[in-house]
This record gives sequence, structure tokens and C-alpha cells, in this order.
Amino acid sequence: MTVEGLTKIIDCSALTMPDPEAEVTGAYIGDLLSWVMGRASEGDAWITIMSNVNTVAVATLTGVSCIILAEGVTLDDEVLSTAKNKGVNVLSTVMSAYDCAVALNGVLR
Amino acid sequence: MSEELIFRFNVDGDDFTSAGQASVQVKKNLRQLGIDAETIRRVSVAMYEGEINMVIHAGGGVAEVRVTDEYIEIVLDDHGPGIKNIEEAMKAGFSTAPDTIRSLGFGAGMGLPNMKRYTDEMHITSTVGVGTKIVMRVNI
Repeated sequence: MTVEGLTKIIDCSALTMPDPEAEVTGAYIGDLLSWVMGRASEGDAWITIMSNVNTVAVATLTGVSCIILAEGVTLDDEVLSTAKNKGVNVLSTVMSAYDCAVALNGVLR
Repeated sequence: MSEELIFRFNVDGDDFTSAGQASVQVKKNLRQLGIDAETIRRVSVAMYEGEINMVIHAGGGVAEVRVTDEYIEIVLDDHGPGIKNIEEAMKAGFSTAPDTIRSLGFGAGMGLPNMKRYTDEMHITSTVGVGTKIVMRVNI
């Protein structure tokens, strides 16, 4: 499933999608950036409510396929343009992290 | 690669939001050198943690990455307050980071343990009031 495919199936919208063909291979939920950096796998959709510029850096370094901001969290313009420049896909959903993971589980298996 | 390559970065201690620039650049450089993806991931995650530490605790510093045929070495050098008790600092969950840093998603006491976890060798030398030097190696 590509990130673009994901946006068509689960209830979310793309805030920026510079790499729509990135393959989503799993999911990880976390807000502590060091924890996420140690545990998230390449290709994961990373569900979080943390939306500062460091979130984008962690996404770049771990190679996650996209960030999904849960609970309706959005990005400010500066962070958004950083994500765009770094090629990091950022989606936003009104779902809770749990509901989002459940939805992902339905489409990834 | 017959000669070793060295990348050197000044880590700006004033700007927490730009922390990570050196790690992202190293990731790019290593990719251009054809280093395998898992090695790049380990190096860049370990270096990012170190970079963040230098910004949070030490007011910045210098990061140097050496690439040889056998390993990639990351040397982080700062003139911050130093680490009082290295053994304690290495424990997962131990942190002296202020609340402002926690609200940005750091300060969970995972930095040093992550650096150790992602590297094959890690040595810390630190003197209170003088600074800290961390040398990490990831074997290729």
C-alpha cells in the first residue's frame, strides 16, 4: 500500500505528500522522539501528536513512509515547508491514535 | 575507498529547531558513498541523539564523522557542563532535560542508551565544568 493509496482508504488528509509512492509496510505510535527513533521501522506509518520540526527530522532519519498526525493535530507553515523540502509525507486525521492504528490494521493486512 | 573521509559540522547550540541538520547531511553523504541502508540508519540515529544532547545540555559543539573501509566513527565534542555520573546518565529513563525540552518530545532519558544501542562501540569522557567527548563506531 502506498501513502497515496492510504489517503484514499482511511479517513485522513495529506498536509503534504512529496513522496506519494512511498510504501507503507507497518505502523508505529509514539510521541517521545528518542523512543520512536529507537523503535520505528523503515516504511512504518508513524502515528503521533507531536508536530514540531524535530518530528520531521526523526521521520527523515528513521525512513518512515509518512507521519500521521492524530486527533486533528496540524502543522504550522514553517514545519510544513520543512517537511515538503525534506520529502516527508505528512497526513492528518481526526481519529485517535488507536482508531487510526485499527484502520491501518484493516488495510495493511 | 582507499582514503578515509572526514565530515565536520558545527552544531549550533542556540537553535533547537535546527538540530538534526548535521545528521541529515551525514545521512545524505553516506548514501552517496553507497553505504548500506541499515548502517546509515544506525549512524544517523546515533548522531542525531548526540546532536540533540549537545543542543539541550552543552550549548552546541563540534561533530566529526570519519568514514574508513571498516567503520564509521562519530566524534562529538562539546564544552558544556560535563556529565557528573556517566553510569547514571546511561540508564534508560534518566534525564536532566528541562520541561521545555520534554514538551518538544525529547528528554525521556533515551538519548545515550539509543546511541549505545545503535553503535558497536561507544566511549564517553567527561569532566564537570569542562565538557564531554563521545566517540562512537559503527562497523561496516
